[in-house]
Amino acid sequence: MKWQLVVDPLFRVPFLNGLLLAVSMPLLGAYVRLRDEWLASLGMAQVTAAGGVVGLLLGIHPIPGALAAAGLAATAKGTVRRSGNDVFVLLLLFGWSVALLGAANSAQGEEVSHALIDGQLYFTSGAHLAGAAALLAAVALLLPWISRKLLLERFFPDHLAANGENPFRIHLAFDLLVAFAVALATQSVGVMASFALVFVPPWAAFGGASGWRRALARTAAVAVVAYIVAFAAAIGLNQPFGPVLVAALLLTGLVRLLPAARSRA
Amino acid sequence: MTPLLAYRNVVAGYAQPVVGPVSFEVKPGEIVALRGPNGSGKSTLLGALTGASRVFSGQVERRAVLTVSLQRQIPARPEGIPLTGHELLRLTGAHHKEPPSLLAPLLALRVDKLSGGQFQLLEVWACLGGDADLHILDEPTNNMAPSTIESLVSILHDKRKDRGVLIISHERAFVTEVADRVVELPG
Repeated sequence: MKWQLVVDPLFRVPFLNGLLLAVSMPLLGAYVRLRDEWLASLGMAQVTAAGGVVGLLLGIHPIPGALAAAGLAATAKGTVRRSGNDVFVLLLLFGWSVALLGAANSAQGEEVSHALIDGQLYFTSGAHLAGAAALLAAVALLLPWISRKLLLERFFPDHLAANGENPFRIHLAFDLLVAFAVALATQSVGVMASFALVFVPPWAAFGGASGWRRALARTAAVAVVAYIVAFAAAIGLNQPFGPVLVAALLLTGLVRLLPAARSRA
Repeated sequence: MTPLLAYRNVVAGYAQPVVGPVSFEVKPGEIVALRGPNGSGKSTLLGALTGASRVFSGQVERRAVLTVSLQRQIPARPEGIPLTGHELLRLTGAHHKEPPSLLAPLLALRVDKLSGGQFQLLEVWACLGGDADLHILDEPTNNMAPSTIESLVSILHDKRKDRGVLIISHERAFVTEVADRVVELPG
């Protein structure tokens, strides 16, 4: 066991990078769940992984490749204008196919593909941290503006259209934000851990939460606790980070058993 | 007085025309009801305002500056979303006003814990209690017990003079009791 490594300065940047993602990704996940598009994160994660591999094949860095793939996927999803998860299943299968084919045809691509699947948080750099900080800033700035509109669209689906607003722009803005978030997270923690960060905390938190704001706070809290536990456990027990994070997040499912508090909203 | 909303010989539908031509106006202070049996195209006419249906001929005119609140015939209530009644009312601006007595004790609860009738009344109040100029209610009495319908009638009688209400319903007794004018649609 190497518990002293948890506080090693070498791991400060990876720790902060993951911590910022552990706040922003679940908050976005809450709205993804609101829209019943929870498979979005897995579809997007797989497509961005494919984008990273294809980027390598084209001679560019995996991050811009992943971001470009995320942007294209979000735009395509918005253009199709279908709610629900079927589009994301198609994206997931498409991304999986392209990523593995790309990896099979490039030695370097195979290495990157493996890293994107497993996660490589401990090898992330200042550039990843800057991306995660920018993402958290974007979430903090955009969510207060877009939150009411997304809730209105879900509970009063005709409200925006009846008032002359175009819901498509709101959906596209949110889809792009989710896509870029998943692209950044996939580069740091891998495909499945990115999906788990978006899916599990809101699922765990919504069960007993009484009120949307409380649910958001509980969502972020359980994700941060799971992340810190996973970070320490993966280093201390010398385990791959992605699977440990997913396991820690799954344990947060116990939060669903907590009784609902009466809302003061 | 300039109408809030005017339908001028509107023929609406989807791939094919479903209803029309229909003409009516809703002015500030008025409650207008579109009444007809199920399948007569009432909700299709409403879709002409939101873009959900296609206008084949005629015109839908709205006042230059007009805010609309709209309650759907089949309310959207996503399962497992932890929104409270208070938070739902805040979305439409209806949290500033004192809610109906039937509703007040329910507002701290999650909306997915309410009965169908309770949620229907909440949605109707979210629509009527907001700041919009025109309130549109599509089959508002669906799922409602008689006592809840009485509460709804009372809310409609107390509405402000500068607002208009358009009700779409197949309930003849209800629209006769609350509406200033009733536009009958053939079956």
